Amino acid sequence: MKYEAVIGLEVHAELLTESKIFCGCSTKFGSEPNTQVCPVCLGLPGTLPVLNKKVVEYAVRAGLALNCTIANFSKMDRKNYFYPDLPKAYQISQYDLPLCSNGYLEIEIDGQTKKIGIKRIHIEEDAGKLLHENTDGSLVDYNRAGVPLIEIVSEPDISTPEEAYQYLTKLKSILEYTEVSDCKMQEGSLRVDTNVSIRPVGSKELGTKIELKNLNSFKAVQKALEYEIKRQIKVLEESGTIIQETRRWNESKGITEPMRTKEEAHDYRYFPEPDLVPIVVTEEWKEEIRQSLPEMPHHKRERFISEYGLPEYDAKIITSSKKMADFFEKCVAEYYSPKTVSNWLMGEFSRLLNETGKEIDEVPVTPQMLVKLLKLIDNGVISGSIAKTVFEEMFGTGKEPEVIVEEKGLKQIANENELREIIKKVIDENPKSVEDYKNGKEKAMGFLVGQVMKATKGKANPQLTNQILKEELSK
Amino acid sequence: MELYSLTIHQLKEFLHKKEVSVLEVTRAYLERIKEVEPQIDALITITEEFALQRAKEADEKIKNGEAKDLTGIPVIIKDNISTEGIRTTCSSKMLENYVPPYNATVVERLLEEGAVILGKSNLDEFAMGSSTENSAFKTTKNPWDLSRVPGGSSGGSAAAVAADEAAFALGSDTGGSIRQPASLCGVVGMKPTYGLVSRYGLVAFASSLDQIGPFTKDVTDCAIVLNTIIGHDPMDSTSLKIDKPDYTSYLKEDIKGLKIGVAKEFFSTGIEKGVKETVQKAIKVFEDLGADIIDISIPYLEYALPAYYIIASAEASSNLARYDGIRYGHIAKNYEDLIDMYMTGRSEGFGKEVKRRIMLGTYALSSGYYDAYYKKALKVRTLIKNDFERAFEKCDVIVGPTSPTVAFKIGERTNDPLAMYLADIYTVSVNIAGLPGISLPCGLSDGLPVGLQVIGKHFDEGRIINVAYAFEQANKFNAKPQAIGGAR
Repeated sequence: MKYEAVIGLEVHAELLTESKIFCGCSTKFGSEPNTQVCPVCLGLPGTLPVLNKKVVEYAVRAGLALNCTIANFSKMDRKNYFYPDLPKAYQISQYDLPLCSNGYLEIEIDGQTKKIGIKRIHIEEDAGKLLHENTDGSLVDYNRAGVPLIEIVSEPDISTPEEAYQYLTKLKSILEYTEVSDCKMQEGSLRVDTNVSIRPVGSKELGTKIELKNLNSFKAVQKALEYEIKRQIKVLEESGTIIQETRRWNESKGITEPMRTKEEAHDYRYFPEPDLVPIVVTEEWKEEIRQSLPEMPHHKRERFISEYGLPEYDAKIITSSKKMADFFEKCVAEYYSPKTVSNWLMGEFSRLLNETGKEIDEVPVTPQMLVKLLKLIDNGVISGSIAKTVFEEMFGTGKEPEVIVEEKGLKQIANENELREIIKKVIDENPKSVEDYKNGKEKAMGFLVGQVMKATKGKANPQLTNQILKEELSK
Repeated sequence: MELYSLTIHQLKEFLHKKEVSVLEVTRAYLERIKEVEPQIDALITITEEFALQRAKEADEKIKNGEAKDLTGIPVIIKDNISTEGIRTTCSSKMLENYVPPYNATVVERLLEEGAVILGKSNLDEFAMGSSTENSAFKTTKNPWDLSRVPGGSSGGSAAAVAADEAAFALGSDTGGSIRQPASLCGVVGMKPTYGLVSRYGLVAFASSLDQIGPFTKDVTDCAIVLNTIIGHDPMDSTSLKIDKPDYTSYLKEDIKGLKIGVAKEFFSTGIEKGVKETVQKAIKVFEDLGADIIDISIPYLEYALPAYYIIASAEASSNLARYDGIRYGHIAKNYEDLIDMYMTGRSEGFGKEVKRRIMLGTYALSSGYYDAYYKKALKVRTLIKNDFERAFEKCDVIVGPTSPTVAFKIGERTNDPLAMYLADIYTVSVNIAGLPGISLPCGLSDGLPVGLQVIGKHFDEGRIINVAYAFEQANKFNAKPQAIGGAR
């Protein structure tokens, strides 16, 4: 029998507001434990929450960017459960009246556009963090308690792990574009849970749903889903039954493991939060937020193709991150060749970003610096290959390219006499290759160019080197 | 005349004329507390040092001509209202040694005016009860008869004012916890409209019902204290932005032509004959003052108590979950794992009534029961609100008894929670509808005070004060509690 998967995704994203959702404490990441806390976010007896208006604004912004209906009336609810990282023993969240609902986003699968429904987006507070460093107990850091979150719940419209991956990539890019969240999975500002069931192809009935947790990257989501779908098919093919449960993805083993069954699931006893008043979003406010929305990725992509003449592939990659796209536009404002900029961004720059795991705004290279580097190549001061060395140094130290060229003596040798002397020496030292060349072996030319580059530590002007070599060899 | 027997407005005059210093007043009250506390047990903490220091500061203020209404006035705060650096126990073992790092907004407002905090008063644990017998530390006695309860949950505050341990006190009222003890102790107690006084710093019992209010010796004092404690607080989203009226401007005797509603439902269940007669006499006073007495009905009143116990307990089950037996002091000595630590700590730290309500509330919110209990209770709440709205189309205020009985004996109802719950039968509906209500003494029955309840429209405290003041002036309540050397 052939099976198909039905996948749903739940994404938690921390909002980029300055202060927490119900108090004035900072949301800054990475501070000393318990330094960004107050009686309110510690849930001390008698304290009350006051909703941060920015949180509603950011969530509405995300909702509009994801084509949602924005509720003009919604409310907060309490979700009750005991856990040491939850100071009030309830989380203030939204239950039956979420702020945003019925949206969608579009992904591309094999050149086809597919719409994935967004069931709802609601706002809620984050919990603290447990630190298990101590052997005689765990410690709690409440800096994160009360950091605003949105939970984005997809419709079960996703049918393959690849689609799930595409959905997450697109969602992340939209949240970054709208500057709602910085979406850093490594800092926990983006977290993903997924659920998956399988059914025979053509069946309308849904199978038993399995929830997957501990997914630390989009790739992990994809791999966990691939594994889980195979596992479920195997269970059914061996006439077994799938039990409704939550499973944990074990990254090192590459498998999912049971975590808790339905019987162990919490009864959260949701009820309306009496300490807060209902949230009213007026038409005027909604329109104001809509007007302030930035250009969305797919619009930007089309514009980059038409305005800068970028190939579609380049445009897609460059616009997948707003920061990258912004960087690109700042460069082309001062540089004539968008394609050259794009090559650098997709090539060296992306390679180093991937290697260091950093975002483009976390490294010291500015658009102005990259443009300076490109102009040094254009003016023949350095060669393209030396430029890569210079760039790596810029990336690491933040020094201006011309300073690096100066300090390291990387200027191109473009003096004909100087270069001719070096080339003559290379010809003298490699009689075998010279003979090969003269016997018609073109490859020998390449070897000789390489020897010249080696002798000049890559600084020889490539065109001039070719020209002089040919002249000398034909003598 | 003793200093401690004076009202706020009398003390204020002496202080402002510099006939007496705040330090003298404070010392007189501290002496009085030492004298009567062994009999009354109204206080959990006495803040003598803090009071004397505050008294000196208040004297400075008066000297510098910066005196306000409450400068130098001694006050006692219910021990479920957060006081910075002063233990706030909620009369629970769970918070026995909890010292908050911040002041409730009301405390902040009192301190700004220069009031002198003498101590923190006893209550039923987490304000759950109608007699203060549910306190983990002590049972407060009624100054009129030491074998009787002062009512509750703010029994400590009510008894303290009745026994002249402070010029006024603050309490909290979730289902009658200010008005019922005021009634049983023969003092004035008001629960303002929900949203008039900030709840920031009031340890939550039932968030949608809780409201802070004053206990005073007369209606004039009630108006004075209200002036200070009301007003929008940015720390409490449910506190309303309204123009602050001057409640003392409503201290007028004229109520001619005012429409006073009397609902038959307030004279039904379990009302004592003496209480009924005393309240009926009070209604006659209004008639004599030229008010129109109008028959009204609150048909859903009989469902108020069950709806109240579901809503209040549901909210409490969530509000009290933060006392996990890890923070705030009380920790289980022996436990096996995290869950066991929670369970043992909570089993030890909470008293019987608190546990009963946590279970009741948890049950009412559980999946499968939510619709049948919690949701239904919310519907009843709407119906009761509607009843009052309809009633207020016909009248300006509603009067009736505050409590169906006078103070009952200590121990009389401790083993019968339902009998205890009936003590609030005439007060809970006011909380459910979010309305303001006052209780003021209107006479004695078998030598014990009877309280008259005046209920007003939302934010119509001014009118309540007018009606209460007119009654007070026409029907002077001069009786004093005799159980304690009543030197007043």
